[in-house]
Amino acid sequence: MNTLIILSALGVITLFAEIFRFRKALFPIILIGLAGAFAATAFEYCDNPQPIFNMMIFDKYGVAFSCSLIIICFLWFMMARNYFLQETSVTDHFALILFALVGAVVMVSYSNLVMLFLGIEILSISVYVLAASDKASILSNEAGFKYFLMGSFASGFLLFGITLIYGATGSFDLMAIQHYAAASNSSTGILTIGVLLMLTGLAFKCSLAPFHFWAPDVYDGAPTTVTAFMASLVKTAAFGALFRLFYTCFAGISGQWTSVLWWFATLTLFIGNVSALRQFSVKRMLAYSSIAHAGYIAIAIVSMSVTSAQAILYYTLSYSIATITAFTVLYIVERNTGRNDFGAFEGMAKNNPFLALVTTIAMLSLAGIPPTAGFFGKYYIFMTALNSHNTQLVIIAVIAALIGVYYYFRVIISMYFKPEKSDIPASIGSLHQIVLFITTLLTILLGVFPDWVLRWI
Amino acid sequence: MLTSILILIPFIASLIILSVPARAAKAFAFGASLIAFVVALVIFIGFPISADYQYVLDYSWIPSLGIHFKVGMDGISILMVLLTTFLSPLIILSARNGENHTPVFYSLLLFMEMALIGVFVSLDGFLFYIFWELALIPIYFICLLWGGVNRVNITIKFFIYTLTGSLFMLVALIILYLHTPNHSFDINYLYQAGKSLDTRMQGFLFLFFFLAFGIKMPVFPLHTWQPDTYTVAPPQGTMMLSGIMLKMGIYGVIRWLLPMLPDGVHEYSAYVMWLAIIGVVYASVIAITRSDLKRLIAYSSIAHVGLIAAGIFAFNLQGLQGGIIQMLSHGINVCGLFFAADIIQNRTKTREIPQLGGIRTKAPFFATALMIIMLGAVALPLTNGFVGEFLLINGVFQFSPYMAALGGLTIILGAVYMFRAYQRTMLGETSALTEHFTDLTLSEKAVFIPLVLMVIFIGIFPQVFLRVSEPAVMKILSGMP
Repeated sequence: MNTLIILSALGVITLFAEIFRFRKALFPIILIGLAGAFAATAFEYCDNPQPIFNMMIFDKYGVAFSCSLIIICFLWFMMARNYFLQETSVTDHFALILFALVGAVVMVSYSNLVMLFLGIEILSISVYVLAASDKASILSNEAGFKYFLMGSFASGFLLFGITLIYGATGSFDLMAIQHYAAASNSSTGILTIGVLLMLTGLAFKCSLAPFHFWAPDVYDGAPTTVTAFMASLVKTAAFGALFRLFYTCFAGISGQWTSVLWWFATLTLFIGNVSALRQFSVKRMLAYSSIAHAGYIAIAIVSMSVTSAQAILYYTLSYSIATITAFTVLYIVERNTGRNDFGAFEGMAKNNPFLALVTTIAMLSLAGIPPTAGFFGKYYIFMTALNSHNTQLVIIAVIAALIGVYYYFRVIISMYFKPEKSDIPASIGSLHQIVLFITTLLTILLGVFPDWVLRWI
Repeated sequence: MLTSILILIPFIASLIILSVPARAAKAFAFGASLIAFVVALVIFIGFPISADYQYVLDYSWIPSLGIHFKVGMDGISILMVLLTTFLSPLIILSARNGENHTPVFYSLLLFMEMALIGVFVSLDGFLFYIFWELALIPIYFICLLWGGVNRVNITIKFFIYTLTGSLFMLVALIILYLHTPNHSFDINYLYQAGKSLDTRMQGFLFLFFFLAFGIKMPVFPLHTWQPDTYTVAPPQGTMMLSGIMLKMGIYGVIRWLLPMLPDGVHEYSAYVMWLAIIGVVYASVIAITRSDLKRLIAYSSIAHVGLIAAGIFAFNLQGLQGGIIQMLSHGINVCGLFFAADIIQNRTKTREIPQLGGIRTKAPFFATALMIIMLGAVALPLTNGFVGEFLLINGVFQFSPYMAALGGLTIILGAVYMFRAYQRTMLGETSALTEHFTDLTLSEKAVFIPLVLMVIFIGIFPQVFLRVSEPAVMKILSGMP
């Protein structure tokens, strides 16, 4: 609960920065505030969590995911500061990000469907605005509008699903729904339809195929920093919410929806990876890769095993960290060359070996090559799935991962090309240097010592 | 503890070398790999003749998943480690000055040496997989950054090809892990888990493992990445790949596949052996028709490895022992051959055999050294190749005389392509390209002399190596964990 209070207060303070003229001090205040929120969250970690008004519960799952979200947000702020400070107004956008984080924390620690819906809306509305924040760009406006339209549809599905579930069970409370679902043996009925509608709505938010069509355009059109936010934090929160709901409430009737999610996962893996192969723009490639990664995470949910929660937590964190590295580099490349195709990366190894090294490690992590965190994430997902005898799905995921290697390595190969002229700068800002250093270090350290994350759940 | 020191020496050196000035990088890398060799040699000399793992270090790495950093050596591992540490300094020494070999190049070579040693000493399935993959990353970058024409497409094909096998092996390892009673990756528990499975499941897992090992070796028909990659890689990369890296696949079969899935091996070994024997004949015939020296050696390597694979899957003492000694011999011979090809290419700017000739008159030392290595490659008695191929064919014969007859063709066909290549490059009239061929420089001699000495030493005293690996081989054959 303290987390939510600190983060909301931080958001409000940020809004006042313009009026009371402490914009210069805003960035350190936010970082300190986030660190405080992290400490407050970690402090709530205990074996017997108490529900708060039957609305929220900061159990181990909620605390671990909240901590993960705050870490991602912290890194994101370091990555995005320059963009917002130099090119747009800083206070309102930073406030929106902080409110989005509040929504994300609610999404991973709700114990009532009303809070789930509120969390999703708080997060989504902030991100709709952020996607359109580059007012001069038509693409950004399109992205915001498209995201808003599609997101509203998804919220509609979600709300409809909640309504039907309420109709069947007579409660919004997760525990009550769980008891009802465990007791009911009927294979069809109003509950099943509600579950499938909720699955649809959340699949939209997680960009699972076949509900992924908004993602490439929105990711491509939004400013790169905002895309990084959507690909890392929003995705983590959406999967945190999806798994919490289905593991708590609908594990008892998993036979009715896992086969649907099985197909979602398979489709996502193939559509994401195959589409990413054919992109010219690195930004669009990363958008499709983000869809593809949703497919791997969905495997852990299909498996419904005791290790699923750990697998999702670890995978989302490792994926988000590597994604932030990739988008930071992309942002630097875009600013200096004005392009975001693969060719823009040429000459990086020669002009700026540090940048090339961190990009290489991020790409290896996204491709799932040891000793990076991305490998262990994939390993853990495979293990979770095999533990539930989902061998076919693992084989599909292996093939998808092999396709993935090709397009991630395209980035690496471009960097080591030596063109006649390259606009990649020899030195980058110290803040970017720090964030790239931290994310790369975390990618390696989490890959070698995954226990640091796994033992929290 | 000693085992982990062997891993740490090249690893630490690969990090330090990045801050060493470019001039001193080669010397530093050579020195570091030489230290690793000395340590390995000392261990080898004092190595007890026993079937147990020696110098074991067991450190709990990821406790909640039962993953340990467990390394140790038995008689087979130490021979592989000895080969790796023996060839690594020579490969580093063979790098020519002035070919843009930055410290990164040597760092990658050392890092690869670390990963290869790790593969050969891992006693934990997860650790084995990590080292297995770690060996792939440096060689990919060595080929990508210092390779020849069309390297981008060929190296990515190589990477994805080998990763395919690896990922299926990972799936198989996880399935075995989930069958261990207390969820552990320890080699002994994995052995037990594998043996307890029914034949159908073992066969299924066998195919997954074999995909990884078969691609790495490579066994026909999984070899299509190999000739291109060997040709396009820089000489040091080719030597690393052919001299040491392909032994990972063979070693994997001996250490993991044979003891772990005996029923699966029994089910499929005849098929695998036929594939291997077909590969022997097929690759030898292609080698005869090649005119590019590097490609010829690449195909000859497929033929030799095919025979090793057949001998190992015959699963008897002669076959396994022959396979192990032939791994050492093949590593030494193929490194020498590829280095010779590099020397010829460097001086004449071509690898096309028809354009060469008469090098012997210009460079007698080079011609003599190459002759001895070639004799080893075609298995002349008293050379290293003879010991291995004799034992291998003996092993295959016990399984099936027909296969042995066909596999024995490798010696005849090998003599055809090797001696033809030798005759057309070294003997005869000098061509315009070879007119100004100079003999070996001091550092080139320093690479060739140890190789040539080892060709003869293993040929005369194979027992030095065979007696070390025998207890471990007997243990695998007896099926005891």
